[in-house]
Amino acid sequence: MEIPKSFLGYKRENGRAGTRNHVIILPVDDISNACAEAVANNIKGTIALPHSYGRLQFGADLELHFRTMIGTGRNPNVAAVIVIGIEPKWTKKIVDGIAETGKPVEGFHIERSGDIQTIMKASKKAQEFSMWASEKQREECPMSDLWISVKCGESDTTSGLASNPTVGNLMDKLEPLGVHLCFGETSELTGAEQVCAKRGATPEAQKKFMKTWSDYNDFILKEATDDLSESQPTAGNIAGGLTTIEEKAFGNFQKIGSRKFIDVLEPAEEPKKGKGLYFMDTSSAAAECVTLQAAGGFNIHLFPTGQGNIIGNPIEPVVKLTANPLTAKLMSEHVDCDVSKILTREMNLDQAGDKLIETTLKVANGRLTCAEALGHREFVMTKLYRSA
Amino acid sequence: MSRPDLIIHDEKDNVGVVVIETTKKGQECSAWIMENDLTVKVPSTNDVPLGHKIALKDLKVGDTIFKYGHDIGKVVKEIKKGEHVHVHNVKTKKW
Repeated sequence: MEIPKSFLGYKRENGRAGTRNHVIILPVDDISNACAEAVANNIKGTIALPHSYGRLQFGADLELHFRTMIGTGRNPNVAAVIVIGIEPKWTKKIVDGIAETGKPVEGFHIERSGDIQTIMKASKKAQEFSMWASEKQREECPMSDLWISVKCGESDTTSGLASNPTVGNLMDKLEPLGVHLCFGETSELTGAEQVCAKRGATPEAQKKFMKTWSDYNDFILKEATDDLSESQPTAGNIAGGLTTIEEKAFGNFQKIGSRKFIDVLEPAEEPKKGKGLYFMDTSSAAAECVTLQAAGGFNIHLFPTGQGNIIGNPIEPVVKLTANPLTAKLMSEHVDCDVSKILTREMNLDQAGDKLIETTLKVANGRLTCAEALGHREFVMTKLYRSA
Repeated sequence: MSRPDLIIHDEKDNVGVVVIETTKKGQECSAWIMENDLTVKVPSTNDVPLGHKIALKDLKVGDTIFKYGHDIGKVVKEIKKGEHVHVHNVKTKKW
């Protein structure tokens, strides 16, 4: 198949392009959710991103909170942002971080004025942003404007056999066009960590990966009260035939095809070394991982599933594929791309990769994903440790 | 290119994955090895569902299970060729 050279996206002030055109109402902290949701309810064409944290965090955990908040606002799928927090200082810090992109952003704090005043003021601004954003048109953008993140979930052996290698095939075909790519799931590479480290493009990248994996593994061993036999693999994984974390890891690893990663990113960190594949240190929980990748600036997500994970994200469209024929049949409303014919040898990997590229481009051009149509908006902050 | 009952990733593997809805006890399965494109016959001594693994040879306690050509765990209960391989007879070497 000849791969298209462009897609239709929304060009942003900082030169990036979005596959979506969201106006978001971003609460800084848990207690500002009510206010943010009221604004989004008042003003059509906006979405609130409620979450559970943002108070009394400190150190690396607080840094990650800010990085996730700011990165979410900076994502090119977001046209404009209203930030609402309880206190002015942290609200302003997030506004300033987003404002660097040149996109419209305004912050409101609730302390000393209350919810109702804040909702009124923020709603006026949100209306202005929503109507402004509604005039934006899709324009032709080069394929290199696609930043594709990947993560698999409710995996089974069909993931490692077919749907993950399909994503790998897409990576092998699209990387030469200059796209940014990202995989994560640190804990789910356990068992394949040595093989994965060798995919680092430089000795520095390899070393950084091994340190990241070892730190995560030390943390798991420290906190584990049993052998993790129902968490990794999950009960769903086991029902699908996956027996050990090593088996899951080698299946997971198929998603990067024959690519090499050029750098290791902190959770929610924006890549800075140009086009190519990055590894991001993330949990393997679907919503946490995709939220971090979206905050890193990725604008379309590919999600292979075996037993049928249903996750979506409020700002980054999540394209789901499966090679499990039962999942494709029983959960068809969640499956954007069915590659189950690989198992019957009616389709080869090359054909499956082409089919996934076609689906990805349709979604990049504006077609809703199953998760978007079904209203999945899982926005889940990663928290590193207890608050003060 | 007939439809396989089992797929084996790598020549070195000692397990194959069921890719039909279920194998039947006593079924002679046709197993496709992806790496070298050969097809071999493997018996199924249990009903094994889609996605689950079948042993390609006899395995003793302590033996290593290979899939993707890599070590994916150890045998904790003896397994005969054709038997279902899963959490009841294989365990991780990690945590």
